[in-house]
Amino acid sequence: MTATENPPTYTWVGTRPIRHDGYDKVTGKARFAADLDLPGQLRAVYVRSPHAHARIVSINTAAAEAMPGVKAVVTGADFPDLGAADPEYDVSVNVMARDTVYYHGHAVAAVAATSRELAADAAAAIVVEYEELPAVFTIDDAMADGAPLVNETNFTKFVKADEPSNLSTITNLERGEVDDAFAAADLVVEREFTTAAVHQGYIEPHACVVDTGADGRASVWCSSQGHFRVRSSTAAVLGWDVSRVKVTPAEIGGGFGGKTTIYIEPVAARLSEMAGRPVKIVMTRDEVFRATGPAPASKVRVKVGATNDGELTALEAWMAYNVGAFGNVAGLVGAMSVASYKFPNLKLEAYSVLSNLPKSAAYRSPSAPHAAFAIESVVDEIAQKLDIDPIELRLKNAAVEGDVTAMGMPHPRIGFVECLEAVRESEHYQSPVPDGAARGIAAGFWFNIGEQSSATVHVNEDGTATVITGSPDIGGSRASMALMAAEELGLDVNSITPLVADTESVGFTDTTEGSRTTFATGMAVVQACRDLIDDMRSRAATTLSVDVGEVIWADGAAVAEGHDPVPLASIAAQSKRTGGPLTASASLNAAGAGPSFAVHCGDLAVDEETGHTKVLRYTAAQDAGTAIHPSYVEGQLQGGSVQGIGWALNEEYVLNDDGSLDNASFLDYRIPVASDLPMIETIIVEVPNPSHPYGVRGVGETGIVPPMATIANAISRAAGIRMTALPMSPPHVLTALNER
Amino acid sequence: MRYVAPTSVDEARSLLVDNPGSRVFAGATDLIPQIRAGRPQPSVMVDLKRIDRLTSVSHRDGGWAIGAATPTAALTANPEFATMFPGLSEASGLIGSDQIQNRSSWGGNVANASPAADSVPALVANDAQVVIASAGGTRTAAVDEIITGPGQTSLGDGEFIIEFTLADMAAGTSDAYLRIIPRTEMDIAVVGAGVRLTMDGPTVAAAKIVLGAVAPTAIRVGEAEAALVGNTLDEATLAEAAEAASAACNPINDKRGTIEYRRQVAGVLTKRCLLIAADRAQNGTA
Ligand SMILES: Cc1cc2nc3c(=O)[nH]c(=O)nc-3n(C[C@H](O)[C@H](O)[C@H](O)COP(=O)(O)OP(=O)(O)OC[C@H]3O[C@@H](n4cnc5c(N)ncnc54)[C@H](O)[C@@H]3O)c2cc1C
Repeated sequence: MTATENPPTYTWVGTRPIRHDGYDKVTGKARFAADLDLPGQLRAVYVRSPHAHARIVSINTAAAEAMPGVKAVVTGADFPDLGAADPEYDVSVNVMARDTVYYHGHAVAAVAATSRELAADAAAAIVVEYEELPAVFTIDDAMADGAPLVNETNFTKFVKADEPSNLSTITNLERGEVDDAFAAADLVVEREFTTAAVHQGYIEPHACVVDTGADGRASVWCSSQGHFRVRSSTAAVLGWDVSRVKVTPAEIGGGFGGKTTIYIEPVAARLSEMAGRPVKIVMTRDEVFRATGPAPASKVRVKVGATNDGELTALEAWMAYNVGAFGNVAGLVGAMSVASYKFPNLKLEAYSVLSNLPKSAAYRSPSAPHAAFAIESVVDEIAQKLDIDPIELRLKNAAVEGDVTAMGMPHPRIGFVECLEAVRESEHYQSPVPDGAARGIAAGFWFNIGEQSSATVHVNEDGTATVITGSPDIGGSRASMALMAAEELGLDVNSITPLVADTESVGFTDTTEGSRTTFATGMAVVQACRDLIDDMRSRAATTLSVDVGEVIWADGAAVAEGHDPVPLASIAAQSKRTGGPLTASASLNAAGAGPSFAVHCGDLAVDEETGHTKVLRYTAAQDAGTAIHPSYVEGQLQGGSVQGIGWALNEEYVLNDDGSLDNASFLDYRIPVASDLPMIETIIVEVPNPSHPYGVRGVGETGIVPPMATIANAISRAAGIRMTALPMSPPHVLTALNER
Repeated sequence: MRYVAPTSVDEARSLLVDNPGSRVFAGATDLIPQIRAGRPQPSVMVDLKRIDRLTSVSHRDGGWAIGAATPTAALTANPEFATMFPGLSEASGLIGSDQIQNRSSWGGNVANASPAADSVPALVANDAQVVIASAGGTRTAAVDEIITGPGQTSLGDGEFIIEFTLADMAAGTSDAYLRIIPRTEMDIAVVGAGVRLTMDGPTVAAAKIVLGAVAPTAIRVGEAEAALVGNTLDEATLAEAAEAASAACNPINDKRGTIEYRRQVAGVLTKRCLLIAADRAQNGTA
């Protein structure tokens, strides 16, 4: 499966048909998890911890169980103890606390009743006795000597660890000799950066309906980025085989990484099992903010050395990610995301640090934005100090094929230089900076992943086709699957119905994450189509009495010299006589996910009396390899930019002293509103990924990496202040202006 | 919880008297979120929007009577009103979003008594009065007499606001309102400033300056007003007014802003409002 540097002109790939799910979405007919109701269904409501860290002394559910309409109550005692060594242990404890609550809002019990109101009344009647334990919320406090232990089951990974600790991972990476390089550098810039915890802010709260039958099998309908993961995690938390759980994906109202894990499905399954009725759980927005994963807060110190002519000779960085009450690899991934510049000398020290806050979850290029904010800010400061154009400085140091990432992995063919050049040549960059404003530039990298995907393609008896995958469609991927199938089969894209099937109707497929779906699931679709084409060629060969080797597939027909082309529709119509239904499935573990680079350019003005910033113009350039459906590529670039700008300017978890969240609503957790931003302009750069049949690189994540530094670099140039803490909200900017 | 929509002031009055724990509402854009957040449910929700007088807007005899349940969208879309009271109209037009403004009312904004309510500084700056339905009949009060603290009003049990009255803007007089929020809409004022100025040529003849979100209630800044009257709006005078405004603030630190930020920006908004109001007073509002 190869793509050439100069791809052939495609018939369907690269066009912009209306997405197949579009009509239902705009007419309100699309069914999200919360839209589903089953006969006899109960509603469940949680009891959540009012403490950031406490031992549960006792839980008394008797009064609640006696209340009207109450059909089942669960606590941690209703779930098996998987043991701390189990890979799903943290998930199981996060789903329902056992003897300890680790953060404010941690689930302690749940009640299923005939209405939400009755369930809420009963939940309020559950009496939980706690013994408070000391809690820590910040990286500094958690890393301090003698800090209280956040989670006694956490042992540091990647090093020898005999005692539990507040460090989940420690990563050290080194190449060259940084100390010598700093000593020899003409210029060294060193700064410390902090970022606040931010939420993915998906518009649809987590929701599920679960019906556990008398046979002990659970049917789950839910909103997730990966229903096979919902299946495995739900089964694990319940102590069941995966075959007892069937998960049907609903339409998903946003996830951005936050729906790659589970919170509610095992609870609904257990309640349903106990009550003998279906149970529906819909989180409130408040619960989403308090108890589902934000992206970590971080603290990153960066030191960069450079020569007077702008060669970046050394990078030293210390990075810490506040991952909440359960371990994860945020620090490792942050270190892995350092890959944009050649840096002959490099030393990284990265930590995942526990605290008594909700378990952090993936968010678009997880961990990369934090590191890029710091590095891209310092790189820009060097450009300012050396008076070199920020794009030229980056071009001089940009990684190209063969250069190694911080992890020591050589880059395959990448498009970083092409993205820088695209911005440099853009009308935006070529036009003067508006009066009273300044322009910021920053870059971003994300490696993308491949993983396992399956697809089944049926050619129907009338020559239309159905494309079935197991990848929840969170950004228009059904349209992309249909376009690739149309290109392969030579069918009109509107003759193809792309579907996402439940866990029992399609082969195993990993979660929609790592920008992998158009890449990996797309590969499976292409493979299935090619298998079908081979089948159709051979049937046509039989019909025409020629050797199959003489039959090629072109423009949707089997073509053999000296014969009229046999169109797909007639092969389909004959299928009963030529061997039965036309169908093929492909499953694969995709290798070669091409990294995607992005370069952003933003013009903004700072109101120096109020600290208010206004983004006037913003352009995002990103390497898509090949844009299968350019509109949805643009949508990803725009969405990532907007989320990154929100992260840069106003989004933050504001904590009360007791570790509870003070701004658990969209009123005070300030994602951008439409009037805050100009239209985000996009430039799709296409440096085909040699590992994909159409050259696809995933584009879903990188777009969120550059905005924080783009904004900070523009503020620096506009107002002469170097903002090193996110968010750069008006009070913080005004403080920096006052101190200027 | 029962929903009732009376069609007269008398009917509403007796519903409130007969039903302890009942609440009036107009747009319910404050009331429903508060109930959802756990505040006690009223026994009876009394919808004021079916009472003609509470949603009517009339301009006669040198003054305005504006029904307390009138959606703010109806005010900002009323060209006569918006031209005469550009600042009050802008303040009303800042509440929430288009969807919110199709429901939100002055009555609700005032009676909810949030220190950050946007219409309040502009209403107070314009000397708005309210007509209140009481058990015995009606009484009148100034808007700043209604709001006594965060979420606190001087309205007695069973009382509700029928309408707001405003005298026509006099010649050479105009108003302005500005607020600062981190975003551009769908947010709560971190600081709000409402100003009304009467200009005599380049000289300030009369001034009212009212700040929101910087104290438990909207506050009038007498020192800043005194600094202006008899002076032109030169830099020194503006700076003095701004300083007086900052000094008058008694803000809190919260998730929306810090004490220092609110103080500093109160001065900035005051200065900016003065310039806008003066320009309108001198040159008309179009
Ligand atoms: C998304 C959103 C954004 C918002 N943005 C803003 C904003 O930018 N600025 C701002 O100031 N506010 C904002 N608000 C708050 C709210 O919209 C305003 O306060 C609005 O003016 C309330 O009017 P209402 O008619 O909806 O009040 P209601 O909710 O109907 O009533 C509010 C309170 O006033 C009482 N009340 C109502 N009418 C009367 C009356 N005639 N007499 C006596 N008591 C009465 C009710 O009993 C209740 O206690 C926002 C609200 C939401 C939901």
